[in-house]
Amino acid sequence: MAKTLFDRIWERSVVAEPEGEPALLFVDLHLIHEVTSPQAFDGLRLAGRRVRRPDLSLATMDHNVPTEDGPVTDPLAKAQLDALNRNCEEFGVPLFATGSGREGIVHVIGPELGLTQPGMTIVCGDSHTSTHGAFGALAFGVGTSEVEHVLATQCLPQRRPRSMRVRFDGDLPPNVTAKDMILGAIGRLGVAGGVGYVLEYTGAAIRGLSMENRMTICNMSIEAGARAGMIAPDNTTFAYLEGRPAAPTGPAWEQALESWRTLVSDPDATYDSEFVIDVAELAPQVTWGTNPEMVVSVTGRVPDPAAYADPGKRLAAERALTYMGLEPGTAMQDIAVDRVFIGSCTNARIEDLRAAAAVVAGKQVHPSVRALVVPGSATIKRLAEEEGLDRIFRDAGFEWRRAGCSMCLGMNPDVLAADERCASTSNRNFEGRQGRGGRTHLVSPQLAAATAIAGHFVDPRELAATA
Amino acid sequence: MKPFRRVCGPVAVLDRADVDTDQIVPKQFLKRIERTGFGRFLFFDWRFDAAGLLRHDFELNDPDCAGAKILIAGANFGCGSSREHAAWALQDYGFEVVVAPSFGDIFATNCLKIGLVTIVLPAAELRLLIDSVGGGAFVEVDLARQLIVDPAGHEIPFDFDPFQRECLLNGLDDIARSLAHKDRIEAYEASHPARVNTTALRVGAS
Repeated sequence: MAKTLFDRIWERSVVAEPEGEPALLFVDLHLIHEVTSPQAFDGLRLAGRRVRRPDLSLATMDHNVPTEDGPVTDPLAKAQLDALNRNCEEFGVPLFATGSGREGIVHVIGPELGLTQPGMTIVCGDSHTSTHGAFGALAFGVGTSEVEHVLATQCLPQRRPRSMRVRFDGDLPPNVTAKDMILGAIGRLGVAGGVGYVLEYTGAAIRGLSMENRMTICNMSIEAGARAGMIAPDNTTFAYLEGRPAAPTGPAWEQALESWRTLVSDPDATYDSEFVIDVAELAPQVTWGTNPEMVVSVTGRVPDPAAYADPGKRLAAERALTYMGLEPGTAMQDIAVDRVFIGSCTNARIEDLRAAAAVVAGKQVHPSVRALVVPGSATIKRLAEEEGLDRIFRDAGFEWRRAGCSMCLGMNPDVLAADERCASTSNRNFEGRQGRGGRTHLVSPQLAAATAIAGHFVDPRELAATA
Repeated sequence: MKPFRRVCGPVAVLDRADVDTDQIVPKQFLKRIERTGFGRFLFFDWRFDAAGLLRHDFELNDPDCAGAKILIAGANFGCGSSREHAAWALQDYGFEVVVAPSFGDIFATNCLKIGLVTIVLPAAELRLLIDSVGGGAFVEVDLARQLIVDPAGHEIPFDFDPFQRECLLNGLDDIARSLAHKDRIEAYEASHPARVNTTALRVGAS
């Protein structure tokens, strides 16, 4: 029978399938961070259990670490980071702590180290674990009880999710990015459109993307409610992995390649659902509301809630506009921002920083805007500095910070004040996400950079035309 | 996990779609390393204004919702972040059951793992239930019989995964259940060589 990429990974990973119960799936890689793990380690201690496979586990510090130089001053954040240190020490779990030189956002360092590989099952106590699906892995976020389950057993009981093919047809227009592709797709699919599904992204527009851009797409699968998102591996994937610290070498590399090349969906494979989007129609995207489906083109306007036929959607749009302090019909490009954040597991890899730097080079951040660049990992920070990107950002008036999740979720000191408006390259524009009362607009790194210069949302295509 | 069979108590209705876990428990409360005591942070930014005063226009602050054990919510409840703190906060606040037309995947799993029962009811049936529950009326949820009994005594049946139902009714530790497959896990490990070795990546190692 014809199989999908998902079928192949799922079937290979089943350890046991007791009658009437969820399948027990083996976990090839378990990533750990400070926020969702302390109670899981406590659970192990209470039950007298050990970590079954420390060699398939890796911890890092990302969610609440400060991005300015100096010690952690928040006592609660410090206690949580100390707990991770102690837990990793006690249970023998490798940890890339702050200052190790290899720390960073958990979904940035996995791929960067070559740990994320095609065909793997990968979990982490973080919903953006879907990022790793860009390599043709089955990767999904779990809660703390499941973190404990994986620590103790290296397995997870799972009901088999449904499959959906999300096909990006057409040629991506110039200056329209992977971020615009996924925001555009979520705008059409909705924040609940993917609930219960594993998405497989296909189509010529996906094949043309770099690995980093594919990660941006898969990262936001959860924003459509999906369990996971994945892209079949190809030569782009293999070229990215070759030579990375945890990638196989020598004969093992050749063997791995042979196996990875089989990780495709058969041409006649069927999916439980299909969704098609033509990227040739896409313009750069900006969110206007309080969830990622509330999105329009940068050339568009704030919608009028009265135009929604569904009463629930109308009410949600009204609430969102009140929270966001926006009037229906306002042109997106007339909306001024106070802050710009370039960072997060969605858009803080080296290509994102290069793209943003190319926009700001030789220009100045608008005087009413405070702008921040937070590299996704210590390695990316070093690389960017070697390339001189930090100088470009600093000369333009951006703050250049240390790696971490930072203002994506504002668990560290990088937060918005009430009513502050931010163009952000992150993944969630929920109420209060970046700080209580803060107003988040999700955009690509290029659009964020252009907005920092202009002081209001601006079409990066126009900026490119005048450059 | 404590076994759950039935609950009878007041209901709170939060009739909004796409309530994300960032609202259920805002990020400033995720730094605690304990598992308990999250109830006071539940819907913090919606329950309290910036000065810390109760917002009387928020549904859960309605005096009729005092002591509510059952939460009736809108579609896609608990979408977004995987933070189990959201489930801990609902349970610690006093909720034992959440009924909604649909749930965020990770949130629903988190709830079941801690014995907080999530029941999916079709939107039309949920609407009838909402219309029946004003004024602090009691509703009964019986997991053993898979029935919700509204204040007028009408019985509303619901679907529930039979395996999950057994786990909840008996308060089973599902880690122990997985460990019961120890032989299978070992056999799997023996026949599937590890893809990576994270311990070889220790800082300072090449």
